Amino acid sequence: MEEKIKAKVMDARKIKRALERMTTEILERNRNLENLVIVGIRTRGIYIGKRIARLIQQAEKIKVPVGVLDITLYRDDFSDLEAQHMVQKTEIDFPITDKDVLLVDDVLFTGRTIRAAMDSLIDLGRPRTIQLLVLIDRGHRELPIRADYVGKFLPTSKREMVQVHLDEIDGVDEVLITEPVEIE
Amino acid sequence: MILKHKHLLGIEQLNPSEISTILETAESFLEVSRREVKKVPILRGKTIVNLFFEPSTRTRSSFELAAKRLSADILNFSRVSSSVVKGETLKDTVLNLEAMNIDALIVRHSASGAPHFISTFCRSHIINAGDGTHEHPTQALLDAFTIRQEKKRLRGLKVVIVGDIIHSRVARSNILLLRKMGAKVVCCGPPSLVPLEFRTYGVDINYNLDEALKGADVVMMLRIQLERQKKNFFPSLREYISLFALTPQRFSLAKKDAIIMHPGPINRCVELSAELADSARSVILKQVENGVAVRMAILYLLLGGKEREDTD
Repeated sequence: MEEKIKAKVMDARKIKRALERMTTEILERNRNLENLVIVGIRTRGIYIGKRIARLIQQAEKIKVPVGVLDITLYRDDFSDLEAQHMVQKTEIDFPITDKDVLLVDDVLFTGRTIRAAMDSLIDLGRPRTIQLLVLIDRGHRELPIRADYVGKFLPTSKREMVQVHLDEIDGVDEVLITEPVEIE
Repeated sequence: MILKHKHLLGIEQLNPSEISTILETAESFLEVSRREVKKVPILRGKTIVNLFFEPSTRTRSSFELAAKRLSADILNFSRVSSSVVKGETLKDTVLNLEAMNIDALIVRHSASGAPHFISTFCRSHIINAGDGTHEHPTQALLDAFTIRQEKKRLRGLKVVIVGDIIHSRVARSNILLLRKMGAKVVCCGPPSLVPLEFRTYGVDINYNLDEALKGADVVMMLRIQLERQKKNFFPSLREYISLFALTPQRFSLAKKDAIIMHPGPINRCVELSAELADSARSVILKQVENGVAVRMAILYLLLGGKEREDTD
């Protein structure tokens, strides 16, 4: 499917600012940082999670462990998918029971990914709290879910797509709004 | 890369990239079995039937656990307690099970080609869990997974398969898979059980175990099917043991880091010495653990997504 770029809503500088602000909010809310762990949702949530961990370490000299969550096995639309999704590994090599888990994703949309991620986390242990951090909240929720830390609220139409690109895998830091182009 | 097949009837139908997809997917499922909550909800609501016309411990329990850990419901069918003993045909048995709206059938049968036959009239996904002397694809996949875990690759390895090659569906599936993935295969055993025709599969044949073992990365011992030995494929068990049993002395001819595999059940002191079976070089129990992960991957890949047209 062809798509055209409608707007570039964040660049590297804005993404960095947003992550720094959210880090401050995390520090305000979590007095006991020793109890905090970060879990990034594949794929881009991992890199945002790692950046937050680095910012916390710079500010407070505390190393927060970062795990990786693959939610494929917990999706609710599995039998409607055209083809199988490649399952990848969940790599959380620390206990999450009684921890404050900071769940990280790039874009919050319907809320279904986060529902799946929370179910998956609860199968791995019983966290004390689960907090949600997203770089972009684009609205259109289908479930009663909200984020605790939001990089940017971005009202969109359902037709539009939000693409987060991160240096670690895309070679550039930017957030784009794109739209599919009808081919005659 | 995804799996385009509706059924898993044999290794023969798979291409190398499909084999790699199955093995990579299994990596993710290994982690699920090591959790405290060994269950994920992905196949919730699916019904799977274990249709076993031959005895089995490992394969049947492995498929049962794989299905349960994916949250599917599984029904165990065994020949003795079924209407098959009243004379019901295979086709009628399957059609009746299917009338109960099942999603997949895992089939083990003593007739080669039985799963393929079932797939010709059946809506469900068919997985071959061993048919006669034809194929046992999930065993070959879990063996490949285990070799990859130990050796990090398949290409270029020397794999020696020892024993009753002619009757072994495990050997046939393994040979097909290993050749597709670029490994070198040497078959060894008494000439009556290792016919030269196997060369058409692209394997080397050597009737001397000591020579065959030289430089081996993997030694795969097959079970001597004692129940078939009434037909005298070799003069005596004692002679077989003296020529083809794996002993520590013989095993020392293989590479220093070589591994020993066996699909089970083992006849201790026939195929290999008890000492080797329990040694650190033996990966026999790892094969069993990996079997569950590989079968989870296969169920996931076949039953996942929208219903597909049969491309087999």
